[in-house]
Amino acid sequence: MAIKPHIDRHFDDELRELRGRVLEMGGFVEKQIADAVRVLENRNAREAEKVIERDQVVNQMDVEIEEMCLRMLALHQPAARDLRFITTAMKINADLERAGDMAQNICERAMELSREPQLKPYVDVPRMARMTQEMLQDCLDAFVREDCDLALSVCRADAAVDALLQQIFRELISYMVEDPATISRAMRIIFISKYLERVADHATNIAEMVVFLVKGKSIRHMDEPPTEV
Amino acid sequence: MPQAQTADVVLESSNLSLWYGSARALSSISLEIPKNQVTAFIGPSGCGKSTLLRCFNRLNDLVDLVRIEGDILYEGRNIYVPEVDVNRLRKRIGMVFQKSNPFPKSIYENVAYGCRIHGVKRKAELDEIVERSLRGAALWTEVKDRLQDSALGLSGGQQQRLCVARAIAVEPDVLLLDEPCSALDPVATAKVEDLIHQLKNDYTIVIVTHNMQQAARVSDRTAFMYLGELVETGPTQEIFTNPKMRQTEDYITGRFG
Repeated sequence: MAIKPHIDRHFDDELRELRGRVLEMGGFVEKQIADAVRVLENRNAREAEKVIERDQVVNQMDVEIEEMCLRMLALHQPAARDLRFITTAMKINADLERAGDMAQNICERAMELSREPQLKPYVDVPRMARMTQEMLQDCLDAFVREDCDLALSVCRADAAVDALLQQIFRELISYMVEDPATISRAMRIIFISKYLERVADHATNIAEMVVFLVKGKSIRHMDEPPTEV
Repeated sequence: MPQAQTADVVLESSNLSLWYGSARALSSISLEIPKNQVTAFIGPSGCGKSTLLRCFNRLNDLVDLVRIEGDILYEGRNIYVPEVDVNRLRKRIGMVFQKSNPFPKSIYENVAYGCRIHGVKRKAELDEIVERSLRGAALWTEVKDRLQDSALGLSGGQQQRLCVARAIAVEPDVLLLDEPCSALDPVATAKVEDLIHQLKNDYTIVIVTHNMQQAARVSDRTAFMYLGELVETGPTQEIFTNPKMRQTEDYITGRFG
């Protein structure tokens, strides 16, 4: 059964606009992360600066979306699904903003790395980047379609990213043990892996919020994501 | 979450149906009112919430052509049996109406009146009851120096709190509030809401309100009614954040019904 429109139609317009703004921000942050990883692979310091500069756009979106949510809470005093939608949008907004910061951090480390010879060809880091980007895309799709199953699959995917981080960590430790001259570069790659792992965590948070939006039940802070809600 | 089942139940309607002539106003309502909690009835106009409220102290008896089926239990006893003394019942279950209706008498007499009827004669005792009731209704400091003035000179919000004082003067168990704030401005409304929060320590309160935010603010449990049926009842927080029934959701989020 389709959701009925509000008696106050203006409120429907505002809700639609909010959804659009969150998606727009999500798309922008997705691209920031993709660009940041490309900067790392191509060792392109000029491009890194551009990505870092574009974080201002994300920050501006964050401020505007939050203001919009606060205004809607104050003026419409929403309840039930509408209340969950607006509070979820606020939290997704905060997670996206932090994920955007991670793109900036990746670029900062990539710039530092570009000043030294490449330690090794990147294999696992780009793989991890693809996984986290997919999670970010899926959790935003789940938000738009209010798809609880897709959101839960994002939560489950987080374990694979965590495992990959551990693998990268072990591999780079062996480099550092063998040759201390690699430490500064290896550490920076570990940082970058950690940033990507954080992005996956933000995607997981968003997915959990989508489950709350759809089902009204919190699945946060569980040891394992549930298979169904 | 506090559930009605786990708390003491003061009032209970079971399969309660009511007709005004041939029009059915309530359909098989089964509901428990837990002790020392605030229960709110919400729903669109004509859904039967005031009718249900008025069943709890048999005010519908005064309406012609009313026919009632089913039971209302007050402390486990059916109140719709012939041996019930309706005046005694209404002393235990007081009511405050939508429009404040003080008697055209002094502030003091408005509060003392019910106690006089129930046989309290000593001035000192009445003085004490009047002060305690006015304090209980958060009105004492505003009127203590003009108790002999006419109650009709009070503001709307003060008059409504006077009606609450009058209701609690006879020390009821239950207070039924039928849209107590609908004629009040936001400040007076806030005072009455604050009063409801205080009163629930001593009384069980049932409130009918059109203002859903008010139901959300003051009540512990909310019952949503529609077309004479009880659609959903539960802890207020759940009803307003995650209602189970689609009809409830549509109503509280302001969608076309």
